[in-house]
Amino acid sequence: MTYNVPEIAWAPLVPIIVVLVAGAVGVLLEAFMRNVALRRVVQLQLSVATLVLALFAIVWQWVAIGGDGVVVLRSMIYLDRQALAWQFLLVVFAIGGVLLFADRNREGEDAFTPLASVAPGSPDETVARAKGLAVTEAFPLAMLATGGMMLFASVNDLLFLFVALELFSLPLYILVALSRRRRLLSQEASLKYFLLGAFSSAIFLFGAALVYGAAETTGMRELLGLYVPERQTLLLLGLFMVVVGLLFKIGAVPFHFWVPDAYQGAPSPVTAFMAAATKAAAVAALARLSYLVLFRFAWELDWVIWTVAIASVIFGTVLAIVQTDVKRMLAYSSVAHAGFILVGFAGFSPLALSALPFYLLTYGVATLGAFAVITQVRELTPDGAAGAEATRLGQWAGLGKRHPVLAGLMSLFLLSFAGIPLTAGFVGKFVVFRAAVEQGAWPLVVVAVLASAAAAFFYLRLVVLMYFTDAPDDASPRVEVRPTGIGRGVAIAAGVIVLVLGVLPAGALNLADEAGVLLSPPVVTGG
Amino acid sequence: MSPVNFVYLAAVLFAIGAATVLLRRNAIMAFMGVELMLNAANLTLVAFSRMVGGIEGQIMAFFVMVVAAAEVVVGLAIIIAVSRARQSISLDEPSELKG
Repeated sequence: MTYNVPEIAWAPLVPIIVVLVAGAVGVLLEAFMRNVALRRVVQLQLSVATLVLALFAIVWQWVAIGGDGVVVLRSMIYLDRQALAWQFLLVVFAIGGVLLFADRNREGEDAFTPLASVAPGSPDETVARAKGLAVTEAFPLAMLATGGMMLFASVNDLLFLFVALELFSLPLYILVALSRRRRLLSQEASLKYFLLGAFSSAIFLFGAALVYGAAETTGMRELLGLYVPERQTLLLLGLFMVVVGLLFKIGAVPFHFWVPDAYQGAPSPVTAFMAAATKAAAVAALARLSYLVLFRFAWELDWVIWTVAIASVIFGTVLAIVQTDVKRMLAYSSVAHAGFILVGFAGFSPLALSALPFYLLTYGVATLGAFAVITQVRELTPDGAAGAEATRLGQWAGLGKRHPVLAGLMSLFLLSFAGIPLTAGFVGKFVVFRAAVEQGAWPLVVVAVLASAAAAFFYLRLVVLMYFTDAPDDASPRVEVRPTGIGRGVAIAAGVIVLVLGVLPAGALNLADEAGVLLSPPVVTGG
Repeated sequence: MSPVNFVYLAAVLFAIGAATVLLRRNAIMAFMGVELMLNAANLTLVAFSRMVGGIEGQIMAFFVMVVAAAEVVVGLAIIIAVSRARQSISLDEPSELKG
């Protein structure tokens, strides 16, 4: 019996491997380093250094693989410029997220509970806090999630896609539960997120199993060449369930129930990372699936995209208008954004492949910035220390007068979400809608434009509240901005990117154009 | 017996699992529903693998088992943390998140 050593092209995998290895090393550090303060610093430096290294590796691969791309692991992974563009976005979001994880206020408290295993409010928790414990596991968890997302954006095989889906989802479920304050809320959010997430991935997996039965393969690229027309119903059912699983992760109506709870309950740095990165990873996978497989069944599956897109923009907008909590409002706004993203998929225009990464870049950066601002607006405890985040809308009244820079940044992000010209969000919406119009999906675009006009109402309401409403004098608890170094830095960096992408988008758009090609090599069967 | 019967059985198990997740209000029961769905997918993979005549489906089932085991670890950890904090794992009771 002979054993053939598989040939693996390692070089294109370097960015993913680097991030996943850093996650594994981080877990080992957790086991062997006793000193909490030192461990936190080491974990932070390891994570940021690795992510920056991964960024360079992605750029290197971008140049090295040229316009076509490389097939790795016998068509398990396709590394083309599309995949690398998504990986770049994910790593950028991860850098922002990890920096916010490390952010600490004047009292030296970060956003995470000192000890996740003890009950909130118990004496054990008080002891843990007094001893200065910290959940530094957040860093390796974020690295594992990032690695999983990078895989998710690159794999060609439905079952591998499931493994990558779980690889990035499981760390996120844990991260959501780790909030320092309002821990009951945080744990409840985590439980709901976990159950709905596991439910959706089970649907995804069953769909993949049905696809395997219909086409005798789970490779997306191979599907169309191999499937037997008599089993088309089975294949369509399987693909439908796979798409439902992905729409869950994107957070589109009617699969959005976890979004508001998870966004509100999670610690804000985790929300920032999760909101930006999960959506990007899921859209990347849906784009690959769409342009390798679904386009052939456009007639049978287009109605799904249309219905979900229209439902998402309308429900997301209407429900965001009635919210009274800033984080929850942004969560429903992200549901509406899921709808705007799906508009780009209508008709499967080739333009969408370059429009979607750009849109997700504008959305993700603005989201990171907005949540970075939210982490700094605090309720004050009676002795004047920073308490929980002030997330009720009314508590933001008059912020613009006291902290013009921070409020200005928040306004910039909100205007970008609303798609006002000269911000990144406008250009993002424009390119996505153009892709849809090109395929004749203009009714969808009309609905989306009307919805984004309505959505401007609740974004501007917060801006008006910050600048033109006076803070009540007798508010209890008092609300104060407690600027933190890292938080302010991330917000300013995000603000600069939003402005640059809004005013001078040409460079980024050219890069996105180069990313708009999927690798689709001739199908190799047998062997 | 034809392997296709196992696919029908798997579909029934999947439906039961999905109904359990959606209808039961106990977190553990809902979680068991998810596991039932994953196992239904496994049975489908193995049955199709037998019908197709390859072994890919059976190998995939092993991957799914490992992933499901990891999911159990995370899921039970979250449920235990919630039950410690609230002395209850009802999905209706924790309802501070609304709207």
